[in-house]
Amino acid sequence: MTDRAFAVVRAGALTTVQDRGRPGHAHLGVPRSGALDPYASALANRLVGNPADAAVLETTVDGCAVRPRCAVTVAVGGAPCAVRVDGRPAAWGAPVRVPAGAVLEVGRAVRGLRSYVAFAGGVAAEAVLGSRSTDLLSGLGPAPLRDGTVLPLGPRPAGAAGSDAVPWPAAPGELVLRARLGPRDDWFTAAALRLFTTRAYRVSPASNRIGLRTEGPPLERAVTGELPSEGMVLGAVQVPPDGRPVVFLADHPTTGGYPVVAVVRERDLAAAAQAVPGTTVRFIPVR
Amino acid sequence: MRAVVVGERALLVELGSGGETEALHAELLRRRAAGALSSVTEIVPAARTVLLDGVEEPARLASLITGWEIEPLHARVEPALDIPVRYDGPDLPEVAALWGVSPEEAAEIHAGAEFRVAFCGFAPGFGYLTGLPAGYEVPRRATPRTAVPAGAVAVAGPYTGVYPRTSPGGWQLIGTTDAVLWDPRREPAALLSPGTRVRFVPQDPQEAARDVPRGVGGR
Repeated sequence: MTDRAFAVVRAGALTTVQDRGRPGHAHLGVPRSGALDPYASALANRLVGNPADAAVLETTVDGCAVRPRCAVTVAVGGAPCAVRVDGRPAAWGAPVRVPAGAVLEVGRAVRGLRSYVAFAGGVAAEAVLGSRSTDLLSGLGPAPLRDGTVLPLGPRPAGAAGSDAVPWPAAPGELVLRARLGPRDDWFTAAALRLFTTRAYRVSPASNRIGLRTEGPPLERAVTGELPSEGMVLGAVQVPPDGRPVVFLADHPTTGGYPVVAVVRERDLAAAAQAVPGTTVRFIPVR
Repeated sequence: MRAVVVGERALLVELGSGGETEALHAELLRRRAAGALSSVTEIVPAARTVLLDGVEEPARLASLITGWEIEPLHARVEPALDIPVRYDGPDLPEVAALWGVSPEEAAEIHAGAEFRVAFCGFAPGFGYLTGLPAGYEVPRRATPRTAVPAGAVAVAGPYTGVYPRTSPGGWQLIGTTDAVLWDPRREPAALLSPGTRVRFVPQDPQEAARDVPRGVGGR
């Protein structure tokens, strides 16, 4: 019998299991979670013949290494990086056959932050509320990978491995986030809104799966009172007391008490997931 | 009522009071159960707002929703959920002092109230329960605890809550329950969801405040 599983040889800085997340539970305080770059994870899945919502590994900055116990087709996408199988160079962004017992090494991201590793059959970690995603805010789903962790793989997909000519979005040199002002733009001064929509911010190294933190001119409030907690959406640009905008990503809290000055378009958030600290951020107001 | 479009596909409805918020939330659930709002993925009530996510045409719904006739919230027919509690929290004496009563009387006041989950948040399974009479609001602790144990029954502002798991927290701890607030392997995972009615039942009748004369103190 084939042992459909892999062992983690090098977990890397932060490697988690991610699929499309668990939307629909925000009223219970459960974040949506899911791959921060959903286009990259869907493309990687397509390359190995998986449905787009199969669970993959999401690495952060320095990749990871795993040893499958069975021969398996994998694809590494998202942030470009060196891929090696038992030390020999292999293709990035294309299906790669890994023999049973060989080590798949996913190298440090050359550009961007997060690489995605899809395995034919998907990572079959236990699902919680319909999703295998690791949620770092509330601790739901499989724990982040550690050296020695063993994770099961799902049954081989019926579909053939996909085309190897898929377009990968590039990591942004400058992060342009189109955002619709509100719902609490009236909590800020006119001067603050001008700064927000015209000045350059930088991606802060304190960014994580919960939010993209920024450095730049603080936004001054026009209303100084306390906002009763209210529901938060993906892409909400929340402004904490230090005045620096935080863009909410997949593991964001479902409610919050700081005013949201604007909401970033969902399709711009994948680029936010790949923006390295120090990247220039511009918020472009759209209607 | 005021409705503000949020991003591309969400709507935030602001209401005048917690009661109106709970009534709108109940109305939205009724309409969704009847087949309306089919694209809506999330209905998230909070203190004075209800957020709808996954709205096809948020601007259109914003103009419609403010014209809705919303049934006022009335006592519902289903029985309240009983949560057994030992009133043994370390902050019970302080809360009692704020209320101007003895700790035993504070426990009786709390156990005598009918609660309702106004909304959830902070952590999976954490509900903000309303139901304490006006005048019983208490401040958060000046210094939050770094670890509040799972099952701690706590009060802050107008709310009562139960910590689903060990976490940092600034609420005043008045008791302990063995009830499991959150279990992802259970269906439903959350013991409390918005709208759930709750009573806190003193677990040990000998120790409970039952024998203390009623009607003392108040406020």
